[in-house]
Amino acid sequence: MAFQVSKSNDVMVIDVEGQLIVGNRQELKQKVLYELEKGERKFVVNFSETGYIDSSGLGVLVSLSKKIREQEGELRLASLNEDLRTLFELTKLDTLFTIADTREQALEGL
Amino acid sequence: MDKALVLELPNDISSIEHAVEYVMRHCSSCTDYARRLNLNFRVGLTEALSNAMLYGNGSDPEKRVRVEVDVSVEEVAVRVTDQGVGFDPASIPDPTLPDNLTKSGGRGIFLMKTLMDEVQFNDRGNSVTLVLRLKGEATV
Repeated sequence: MAFQVSKSNDVMVIDVEGQLIVGNRQELKQKVLYELEKGERKFVVNFSETGYIDSSGLGVLVSLSKKIREQEGELRLASLNEDLRTLFELTKLDTLFTIADTREQALEGL
Repeated sequence: MDKALVLELPNDISSIEHAVEYVMRHCSSCTDYARRLNLNFRVGLTEALSNAMLYGNGSDPEKRVRVEVDVSVEEVAVRVTDQGVGFDPASIPDPTLPDNLTKSGGRGIFLMKTLMDEVQFNDRGNSVTLVLRLKGEATV
């Protein structure tokens, strides 16, 4: 599992390959906070290659979203499969995030 | 029970992913409810293991977590036991309430209870049994 960070215009895109769970959530947090400290303000986390997320993974997304908003930035999520979308709906976190069907849609207007 | 599996895990969160995959392979014969296994059981077990390691055992590397899995044609049951002093699961607030929605933690027990057909803690609170049934009513 890994997090691939790339830049599309002025948006940082983080592709989550594998799982986002308790064992690797700190890695994602550190990568995003590093870019935030460098001055980046727009982020998309793309889940098209993601198997599953646990509560720790959901928690780190909530935490990052707050930190990015505090810096007047925005975090969007993209490409949740049916299972991942179910987890966001169960926890009502779908009301907290902008969730796009695709990476491209997430980038639009950001 | 048709197939039993017992694992003793080190108290290391990096071992969770491999342990879950190992248990999932043990359940691979349960093709009749593959999606519920893949989401409900996988996430439920991950939550139970991370709770045991982080909170039950307090991230103590000297402690261990015991996992007992029973697979039958009708259900999968897993008991996760840590070496901590236990806790009161009723003390965890509902993470979906508006005041709790922006908190980074507190969703593990909720997901276990929502995704599994049965969640039972022992009296001490250091052991949880999760059951997913072929014809269960849990979400998905």
